[in-house]
Amino acid sequence: MTGEIGQLALTLALALSFVMAGAGLAGARENAVTARGVAGSAALGMLVFVLLAFAALTYAAITSDFSIVNIANNSSTLKPLIYKITGVWGNHEGSMLLWMLVLALYTAAIAVFQRGSGRLTSAALGVQGLLAIAFLLFILFTSNPFLRIDPPPFQGAGLNPLLQDPGLALHPPLLYVGYVGLSASFAYAAAALITREADAGWARAARPFMLFAWLSLTLGITLGSWWAYYELGWGGFWFWDPVENASLMPWLVATALLHSALATERTGAFRTWTLLLAIAAFSLSLIGTFLVRSGVLTSVHAFANDPERGMFILLMLVLAIGGALALFAWRAPSLEGGAAFEPVSRESALLVNNVLLTAAAATVFLGTLYPLVLDALTGTKISVGPPYFAATFAPIAVALLVALPFGPRLGWRRGDGVGAVKSLLPAFGIALFAVLLVLVFAARHVAAAVLAFGLAAWVIAASALDLARRVGPWRGDLWAAVARLRFVPASAFAVALAHAGLGVTLMGIAGTTLWRAETLSLLAPGESVQVGPYKLTFDGARRVTGPNYFATRADVTVGRGGASLAVMHPEHRMFPTEQQETFETSIRTTGFSDLYMALGDDRGGGRFILRAYYNPLAPFIWFGGGIMALGGLASLWGRIRARVPVPHGQAAAAE
Amino acid sequence: MNPRKKRRLAFAIALLLAGAGGAALTIYALSDNVLYFYSPSDVMAKHVGPGVSFRIGGLVADHSVKHGTGTAISFVVTDGKHEVPVRFDGVLPALFREGQGVVASGALNGNGVFDATQVLAKHDEKYMPPEVVDALKRSGRWQEGGAGT
Repeated sequence: MTGEIGQLALTLALALSFVMAGAGLAGARENAVTARGVAGSAALGMLVFVLLAFAALTYAAITSDFSIVNIANNSSTLKPLIYKITGVWGNHEGSMLLWMLVLALYTAAIAVFQRGSGRLTSAALGVQGLLAIAFLLFILFTSNPFLRIDPPPFQGAGLNPLLQDPGLALHPPLLYVGYVGLSASFAYAAAALITREADAGWARAARPFMLFAWLSLTLGITLGSWWAYYELGWGGFWFWDPVENASLMPWLVATALLHSALATERTGAFRTWTLLLAIAAFSLSLIGTFLVRSGVLTSVHAFANDPERGMFILLMLVLAIGGALALFAWRAPSLEGGAAFEPVSRESALLVNNVLLTAAAATVFLGTLYPLVLDALTGTKISVGPPYFAATFAPIAVALLVALPFGPRLGWRRGDGVGAVKSLLPAFGIALFAVLLVLVFAARHVAAAVLAFGLAAWVIAASALDLARRVGPWRGDLWAAVARLRFVPASAFAVALAHAGLGVTLMGIAGTTLWRAETLSLLAPGESVQVGPYKLTFDGARRVTGPNYFATRADVTVGRGGASLAVMHPEHRMFPTEQQETFETSIRTTGFSDLYMALGDDRGGGRFILRAYYNPLAPFIWFGGGIMALGGLASLWGRIRARVPVPHGQAAAAE
Repeated sequence: MNPRKKRRLAFAIALLLAGAGGAALTIYALSDNVLYFYSPSDVMAKHVGPGVSFRIGGLVADHSVKHGTGTAISFVVTDGKHEVPVRFDGVLPALFREGQGVVASGALNGNGVFDATQVLAKHDEKYMPPEVVDALKRSGRWQEGGAGT
């Protein structure tokens, strides 16, 4: 029954998405008030049915209904309940349904928050409707999660144990909330082009969605990188793997979009450019999702294995991206140009930001897609690894970080360049001091890491000074200054947090490079090894049984300066249903450094290989991601608070 | 020129410069930093010299995994037609085992042994690295729905 309910719900959602697309676009005309109401209601109805379909699949997963192919292939009765639920999106069909659910949620959010706000929102709903149609058709015809098998198997094939992990359970939903959130700014950009209302209004309406998408994407990428760090057992956190790049590209462009939309909203600068960025950001998340989900990225040949799915994907990409760009080419020339600004101004700084961020995204795009194109054209298989990105991405990032602190110090339209440089002198001093410290104390001198550390200090110091300047702790009473933080506008917090977060992440990356210690040793019980300041004593390993796995669990006593601090348990797990093994690394963190252990092979006689890392500042990498997301949240909070007294669609300043 | 035209020109020049710089960097980096993927048959056919970095992929030959006295490990990568011995000092990925697909990056040493700096496992729900599938298909050892023979 569950399968049929899900199927029916998806079909009804499809019908409603047609209604929404038609009514929404019709509502873009003047005075078509009825159509606008219909589009809004259809959006809510679609959410209900997509939610029902998702609930049906989740129910089937929880009750282990193996008569549904998708559940039989990706679940098993032995799995813990939590992974039965998260396993719903641990496969292609389920993840596409999750994608659709997030799209429906955003669409409903547009309908609810912007209720009765005219042509622009109606056209945006229409565009969201078109996207929903494409996705629902894709799911129903090529990736149906509700297909049956007869007779049902006795036991399911299980879920890849690597995915049976809390970090990875949360990672796809967060990424999707980010990817799909960009559909809202895409829809608003398209709507602005359709209705020719390409003034600040659309940027203002789309901004909360942009912010929310950006902060989810930030958290999703941070979480994914953290997962790779502790689950893969190599001690690395970013591998320039195509799958990671697929999420980085939309993030870079979305970051550019956030900045450029700010200028469009405040002064009317970069009007057409912001529209183009909104289209590009969502296009890249579409490409990213599909490259990952269709298997195109890992192999061009997987594409050919399912020509139907591949063709559908291509068609959809061409229609969505091509359609939006055609609309842009048609309407953009007739739009009013952006407002003017002086060469030294906030706008110029944002221009530099945009040029560099898009260039960075372009290098990642090339590095990710070049192997695919080469393979398709010549059959030559290559991989583009970290050296390529170090040579292209890193210089752009350096330029971006050098320029970053100047932006917030320059005024709109006309800035005081000399004043900005003067006010940044203390930050420059701090950065120099940080470089000096590193040169004296670093375990090894990697020029790039020393530079990165200095840049991180530069960015963090400038952000801290920005906040300090507003409350003036040097005017005597420190507590009074802290109390004055209450009066600092949310937008200032947002800028300081987002920028400082980037600095903190960079400091973590530089720190692990400069001070990392690692060891790889074959240890018999009782033997010990030194890594960084820690002495690790291997006390032996034993067999333990988990709910759906057997594990070899090591006991390693960690000592420092003669005192023993803790016993850590790196594990090696064997999942019999899935016939797979995973590492379960053991990480002990102080917040400033990680002690990281992975258990290697059993070499007989109780001897095991143990790999251990001492990673100073590694936690900063993920703290930084969290701080950046907090910045996004602060900006969103400022919006919501400022928004309340402002009527919908009014051109009054929202800040 | 009025200020607007001036600004547009500045924008266009900035964009052009950034684009040209980016393209130059990118082409330079691509020509220098790509790793080719070879199957053991390719390694034989192309006479890859020692010290040239590349990625090798195929199946871990049965009964070929040997441990030394220390942490080093050696095994043989095969595509059914040719074999290449591999030496690796490190923790193998969890998915590594005899008869399964493997991708390693590194370079051949003077004795024709591949010194691996990294042994890779893909972290998605597909168990077999696609390049390996392709290499096995080309050597005729791939069976649909199974992990080779």
